[in-house]
Amino acid sequence: MVTEKDVHHIAELADVGISPGELGPFTHQFNAILEYFDILDRVQGDAAVPRDLCNIMRGDEVEPSLPQDEVLRNAAAQEEGFIRAPRVM
Amino acid sequence: MSSGTISFEPDDRYHAFLTVCGHAPHRSGKLSGIAVAVKDNISTRGIETTCASKILMGYVPPYDARVVELLKNSGAAIAGKTNMDEFGMGTTTENSAFGPTLNPCDTGCVPGGSSGGSAAAIAGGMVQMALGTDTGGSIRCPAAFCGIVGLKPSYGRVSRYGLIAYANSLEQIGPLGKTVSDVSTLMEVIAGYDRHDSTSHNKPYTHTPGADIKGLKIGIPQEYFGAGVDPAVAAVVKSAIGKLEEIGATAVPCSIPSMEYALAAYYVICTCEASSNLARFDGVRYGPAADTKKSWHDAYKEVRAAGFGTEVRRRIMLGTFALSSGYYGKYYAKAQVARENVRKDFARIFSEVDVIAGPTMPTVAFRLGEKSDPLSMYLADILTVPANLAGIPSISVPCGRAGGMPVGLQIMGRQFEDERVIDVAYAYEQAVT
Repeated sequence: MVTEKDVHHIAELADVGISPGELGPFTHQFNAILEYFDILDRVQGDAAVPRDLCNIMRGDEVEPSLPQDEVLRNAAAQEEGFIRAPRVM
Repeated sequence: MSSGTISFEPDDRYHAFLTVCGHAPHRSGKLSGIAVAVKDNISTRGIETTCASKILMGYVPPYDARVVELLKNSGAAIAGKTNMDEFGMGTTTENSAFGPTLNPCDTGCVPGGSSGGSAAAIAGGMVQMALGTDTGGSIRCPAAFCGIVGLKPSYGRVSRYGLIAYANSLEQIGPLGKTVSDVSTLMEVIAGYDRHDSTSHNKPYTHTPGADIKGLKIGIPQEYFGAGVDPAVAAVVKSAIGKLEEIGATAVPCSIPSMEYALAAYYVICTCEASSNLARFDGVRYGPAADTKKSWHDAYKEVRAAGFGTEVRRRIMLGTFALSSGYYGKYYAKAQVARENVRKDFARIFSEVDVIAGPTMPTVAFRLGEKSDPLSMYLADILTVPANLAGIPSISVPCGRAGGMPVGLQIMGRQFEDERVIDVAYAYEQAVT
């Protein structure tokens, strides 16, 4: 069982926001879904092992890339060829 | 037809499109001048791409997805971007931030989702073929609900470069069309190796559908006809399998015991992957502007609370929770074991049969607004998610009606045997038309 407090905490961790009016319904639906997920407690078997897979990396070589102005075009705030972001610290 | 421009002015009474390209240029080639619609989570250079989310309103990709580049090289005209559940999260297309798409077979019903716009554009006669994406059934469900054909290719067969990711380990771009031949033609254009997708395999598709299925063994899993499946839908699908037997196939009963855990495993994995993938939407590089005067978390939270719809926020939160300290072993690790068990079940069955058949969806299309509870909506995906967990190809082909609405016959095959599921669907289609 998760409580409204837990759901509020998860919303904070995920940075998705939650309004007071949403807390009740979200918590109720969350619990119904988590209760359904409990079926996984009964799963038997070995952990999945990747097969026929390897990490595919290209060589660290400079390749043509998109022009700076095209990449910046979608950014709402720019300054001297950089993207402006909220302060982190 | 040589290169040129087509005029595309559809009567979009079903709200299939989010963006219509009224004058669509095209080159010469195999699909010269054919209008192809593209789901709005696939990047199109110079054409707004929103994933049906407010958080990407106004976003114009500076590059084409690999599949779009291939479409253009084949001569296709990009006719527009189709409506969908926001970021692909839904089964009805009602989760679009821009309003639902209506089912052309009955406008009081949903078209299925999440590629509902692509399916409705075809069923409504606006385009002959379209691209969709399928993470847990999002091509096959709307194909079934709208009475058209849709293929989820084998994982790795079609490049995901330029697909705006929701759950990378499950999703594939795939073709939808009026007929199996349309789907096969579009698959030929989009399949193949791409070095920009690290999960891409060098398995091009050059196949002409054939209708000879004599000697084919079809596995019929009991779980696809059990509790939760509308008996009217089950009856229509059983009769379709009878038709396949008439033309030379043999039906063999089988069982997929891991189905019991498949849906829970799917929803744990897809929400975990979503919580990570959707972290990039911060209003800084694209989307609505974050308030740069505020601190990071305040600005980030504000943009995301306003930009993401309820279902997207729910799935991000579920994934965040399932991956959080103390719960990882209970949810994510167990889901991976369940996923492996699904793969093993398919491997066992495919050592005895060539394909597996059953209904695509447990019911016909719901009424608009009928399902408001998220869990009951998730349960509708029970018959489609196993193919995504196992990475195998699966096609939905129309096989009749129940209560006046279309029913889809789902055919699943071994990984990279997309040709075979297409042949079986083609054989069925030819036998009934």
